[in-house]
Amino acid sequence: MISFQSVGFVFQNGTRGLHDVTLEIGEGITAIIGANGAGKTTLVRHMNGLLVPKLGNVFVNGQNTRDATVAQLSRMVGILFQNSERQLFSNTVEEEISYGLKNFGLRDDQIGAKVDEVLSFFDLSDYRGKSPLTLSGGEKKMLCLAVVLAWEPDFLVLDEPTIGQDSINKERIEALVRRLASKRKGIIIISHDVEFLWNLQPRVIAMSNGSILADGKASHIFSKRRIIQKTRIVRPQLLELSTILETVSNPFSSQDQAVNYLKDLMNKSPLKTSA
Amino acid sequence: MENEIISFIDYSFAYQNSGQRALENINLSIKRGEIVVIVGPTGCGKSTLLRSINGLIPHMFQGEIKGSVTVDGLLVQESPVNELSKRVGLVFQNPENQIFMFTVERDIAFGLENTGVPRLEMKKRVDEAIESLGIGHLRYKPPYELSDGEKHRVAIAGVLAMKPDILVLDEPTSLLDPRSAMDLMKTIEGLHKKFGMTILIVEHRLEFSAVIANRIVVMNKGKIVSTGPVREILAAEESLKLGVGIPPITRLHMALKDGGIELGQTPITPKEFMQNVRGKLHD
Ligand SMILES: Nc1ncnc2c1ncn2[C@@H]1O[C@H](COP(=O)(O)OP(=O)(O)OP(=O)(O)O)[C@@H](O)[C@H]1O
Ligand SMILES: Nc1ncnc2c1ncn2[C@@H]1O[C@H](COP(=O)(O)OP(=O)(O)OP(=O)(O)O)[C@@H](O)[C@H]1O
Ligand SMILES: [Mg+2]
Ligand SMILES: [Mg+2]
Repeated sequence: MISFQSVGFVFQNGTRGLHDVTLEIGEGITAIIGANGAGKTTLVRHMNGLLVPKLGNVFVNGQNTRDATVAQLSRMVGILFQNSERQLFSNTVEEEISYGLKNFGLRDDQIGAKVDEVLSFFDLSDYRGKSPLTLSGGEKKMLCLAVVLAWEPDFLVLDEPTIGQDSINKERIEALVRRLASKRKGIIIISHDVEFLWNLQPRVIAMSNGSILADGKASHIFSKRRIIQKTRIVRPQLLELSTILETVSNPFSSQDQAVNYLKDLMNKSPLKTSA
Repeated sequence: MENEIISFIDYSFAYQNSGQRALENINLSIKRGEIVVIVGPTGCGKSTLLRSINGLIPHMFQGEIKGSVTVDGLLVQESPVNELSKRVGLVFQNPENQIFMFTVERDIAFGLENTGVPRLEMKKRVDEAIESLGIGHLRYKPPYELSDGEKHRVAIAGVLAMKPDILVLDEPTSLLDPRSAMDLMKTIEGLHKKFGMTILIVEHRLEFSAVIANRIVVMNKGKIVSTGPVREILAAEESLKLGVGIPPITRLHMALKDGGIELGQTPITPKEFMQNVRGKLHD
């Protein structure tokens, strides 16, 4: 469990980062949405101790983040950062993955096996000996994800995981998130990609101006006009369609659902009899 | 071609020490005033293609070139970067590689200061760029103390203020909140209408950019595999296989079509989809 208790944070230049944030995040999939500058990245940087609250406390599995090092907390909370270039520093892709594992005290054979596993999962085996800085934007992001996953943390925080990803990679990330959730891990996803989030139907925490604006089911959060305005989102297309078709009390959460509904609708229409 | 502004002829490029070609025998012609979206799988060479237009390749990134790229009559390989950058404005995939001044305002003005634009004109353009990206509240802040999406907006504003003839954007909406992404597309469309700018956009998500584009170019493994009108490409089976970010509503349309329900023109937005449905229901 990650728990925020009345957390406030102010940057050195006086900018308000977080204001009176209280929340609990456990296992399963939790999405965080909000306009640019709402405080999403600032919130998750509190989860592994990169930032420490000015007011209040953050606990990770009962441990106050004030009393632990970033390295200790990172074993429990792995963060994929929004900007992957800042996260990469090794000479080769392979070293990039093994570095953290060495620090956690794994044996060489364990490290080797782990590196093989994640490289093949993310289709990066060809890049093994290359410098991470020569990868494409999307490949860098995938490498960072591979690095974090290799640690097998209890909580995985993904700050904009779909940037630079084609839809096949997005489906891969989606499958991974679902698998981790089924293993009772906690996955926290920050994303502006509402279509990606809609597929996952997560719990959604909406942020605005450093505060929590709302917290609830995706179908609820993405439907409320006030939340849409304050978080500057655009409704996912299937939800928008549900709204127009007035099925919004039970919106289409998958394409199959929409196909079935529309087939029914079209069959009832005179069109079908004439066809 | 007469009104051609960018032309790749039998162009290949391999980054130094990489052992393989990032671009392979590219032939592509862009007309003045076109809005073209470039799509393709992660790592297929989209950014490399864009770098070959503004001279980053070969002037910053070394490697082996075959064939040629010509931009507004200039052969890129032989033209100095400052000549090219008068014509081509490139927004990088990672905004941190593009912002470096002490305040947002100075950062946006930086390019203009170096081109000798009169002060009044400069101020006007900076104001317009700040206004259209909605970053007035960040004007006097240092760019490195901003959120990632805010940085991205600053980087985009800096390029827009230059009013280049050719505007090239590498995933410009990836860090923006959805409203800002839509606003940006409107701004780009406006610049296109007003100044006849030629615009190239690399994007994975097509919900926003497909609406304003004239044409999509699909790449795979360093090659151009198809190019055509937006709706045609979105509806092509090959696009789905390659992982092109086809909007969910377009996918729904295709799924219904596969199930024997033909609704008409390929939609990009739920509104367009509903127009099709209503058309059929009221037949
Ligand atoms: N290092 C910093 N110093 C000062 N202020 C900062 C710093 N980093 C971010 N801020 C400010 O703090 C606020 C929250 O930023 P944060 O990065 O958490 O936003 P975000 O919700 O992640 O936005 P985005 O969607 O753009 O990534 C913003 O107003 C931002 O300008
Ligand atoms: N500086 C570099 N040195 C060596 N190889 C590079 C360099 N930059 C990119 N590459 C390689 O060239 C190929 C094309 O990369 P590019 O960045 O053009 O892809 P992309 O289509 O933009 O991908 P993405 O959607 O992930 O941004 C990739 O295999 C990548 O690893
Ligand atoms: Mg952020
Ligand atoms: Mg790229």
